[in-house]
Amino acid sequence: MQKKLWMVVALLLVMPGLLFMVSCQKKVAAQAQPAPAPVAAKPAPAPAPAPAPAVMAAPAFMTERIFFDFDKSALKMESQALLKKKGEWLKATANAKLTIEGNTDERGTAEYNMALGERRAQAAKKFLVDLGIDAKRISTISFGKERPIDPAHNEAAWAKNRNDGFVVSF
Amino acid sequence: MRLRKLLCGVSALVCVVCMPISSTAQDTTQYIDIRNPFLRKIPLAIPMFKNVNSGAGEAEYSRKAVELMSGSLDFTGYFKILDRSAFLFDPQKGGVSATDINFQNWTVVGAELLITGLFEQSGDTIQMELRLFDTFKSRQVLGKRYAGSVSELRKMVLRFCAEVIYYLTGNKGIFNSRIAFVSTGSGKKEIYTCDFDGANPTRLTYNESISLFPAWADDGQYVAYTSYKAGKPDIFIRNLNTKQETTIAQTGINITPAWVPGKFEMAATLSFSGNQEIYLLTGAGKVIKKLTSNRGSNVSPSWSPDGSKLAFVSDRSGSPQIYILDVATGNESRLTFEGKYNTQPSWSPRGDKIAYTSQVNGFQQIFVIDAGGQSPMQLTRETGGSESASWSPDGSLIVFSTNREGPYRLYVMTAFGTDQRRLLLLNGEQTNPKWSQGVFN
Repeated sequence: MQKKLWMVVALLLVMPGLLFMVSCQKKVAAQAQPAPAPVAAKPAPAPAPAPAPAVMAAPAFMTERIFFDFDKSALKMESQALLKKKGEWLKATANAKLTIEGNTDERGTAEYNMALGERRAQAAKKFLVDLGIDAKRISTISFGKERPIDPAHNEAAWAKNRNDGFVVSF
Repeated sequence: MRLRKLLCGVSALVCVVCMPISSTAQDTTQYIDIRNPFLRKIPLAIPMFKNVNSGAGEAEYSRKAVELMSGSLDFTGYFKILDRSAFLFDPQKGGVSATDINFQNWTVVGAELLITGLFEQSGDTIQMELRLFDTFKSRQVLGKRYAGSVSELRKMVLRFCAEVIYYLTGNKGIFNSRIAFVSTGSGKKEIYTCDFDGANPTRLTYNESISLFPAWADDGQYVAYTSYKAGKPDIFIRNLNTKQETTIAQTGINITPAWVPGKFEMAATLSFSGNQEIYLLTGAGKVIKKLTSNRGSNVSPSWSPDGSKLAFVSDRSGSPQIYILDVATGNESRLTFEGKYNTQPSWSPRGDKIAYTSQVNGFQQIFVIDAGGQSPMQLTRETGGSESASWSPDGSLIVFSTNREGPYRLYVMTAFGTDQRRLLLLNGEQTNPKWSQGVFN
């Protein structure tokens, strides 16, 4: 993941013009995909403009999680609104790919939670595919109850841990 | 094939020689009916063994053997091991065979069964004569002689324990069995194994990832499990001898493997079709056929001992419940109706009961239910959770994971929920125990 980010950063350094051509970004980025490896491999000491392109690559709402009720994989209204926003961006950023990570809280048992986590990830994927995003651009993975974002054992933590996480790659 | 492997395993132990001592009229009285929930523990006396050479080293091995025997027989839950300090017996002076024993000395301290031992160690060799007596009938019911190296002491003692249990219950017991489990001792969830009594814990995987849901093949030569070591949940089938692994890495989840009793095949949940269905697979991971057809989750298969039926978890009713699939007819019927969250079925090797986990007041608790669906009975009630029940190969004990002490630890109880005790103490947390079913070494 980090490597890919560096690749993007390196590419942007090679083509600073890109910074001012947001509307063309996807095209240029798509063409630039087979970048010569040596360039990417150089761990360039990140100069000042580095944070800016990273933000451009994936806006904050793209990695914002959606949350679920206990033992449910149905998408809530606010989750659907957020997924629509993510869908628009994916439409406008054709070279971006999305991994959806399904998670559950610690209650319940590991086996069933792994299945539940996958259904949560699949629910978000189906919603995006129904919006017209190519299914091939979206992959899902379930972590079940294995990767809580809040390790506490209370309702507040459980509510946070019942989620889909989103990872954008190019 | 399988049998041959088993025989090979046995013949590898030729150095442990075991022969019956004096012919004993084997009567067929069954002392212990392990299906009886109100089983009375039989008072058993195991005095210190009589040492032949009475050297300090010999005395130490002899003491170890007595303690291992007492602990192992106590572990089964069938006996009340009597306090040795109450015995009117000097093992060095008293005899070890029926003609030399004053049985009244034993009935008066309450012993109904007595085990004596004659113990000899010279150099690396240990020889033992072990005898089981019925004190009220004043006669020997079992006698065995063992010889082996010092490192085989545990094996020899456990063999005799197995003979005792076989004589008293009519089944082979648990002393050859092992338990696979997940431990976080290294910082990551890895698969471990230990002996039936928690001895010899051994780390099996070094995946540096999340590894879960171990399952023993019947011959004890393979363990299948789920791991994220390739980035997503795949099933790995590990040959314990060669350490080679085959992989089931279809798109989606590949979880909860369960070996078919007596076969090199397994059931597991795969979601490559888009639905989470249970498939029958070869031991090499090839799909033979799809067993379930239902939208939603179908996970956690557990085979009936004859391999004709499969208990599993499905959320088709809106909440996770346990269902039974008749493999030949394809009929599926719901088993559990009480409780809103019933998972982790484990079919007893005797076939009559299914253990499972049910959420009660926010905590997971272990229940058993008749395989026909009658009389669900709660076995654990402690605050904190108890889950992942797995039966001993004789159906007499259940190993499970509980956080009643804080961190998750492995515990053992009888099939009726009595004698709940910790199995072993390791760093980290221990979950997902799975008891091997076949008899192997």
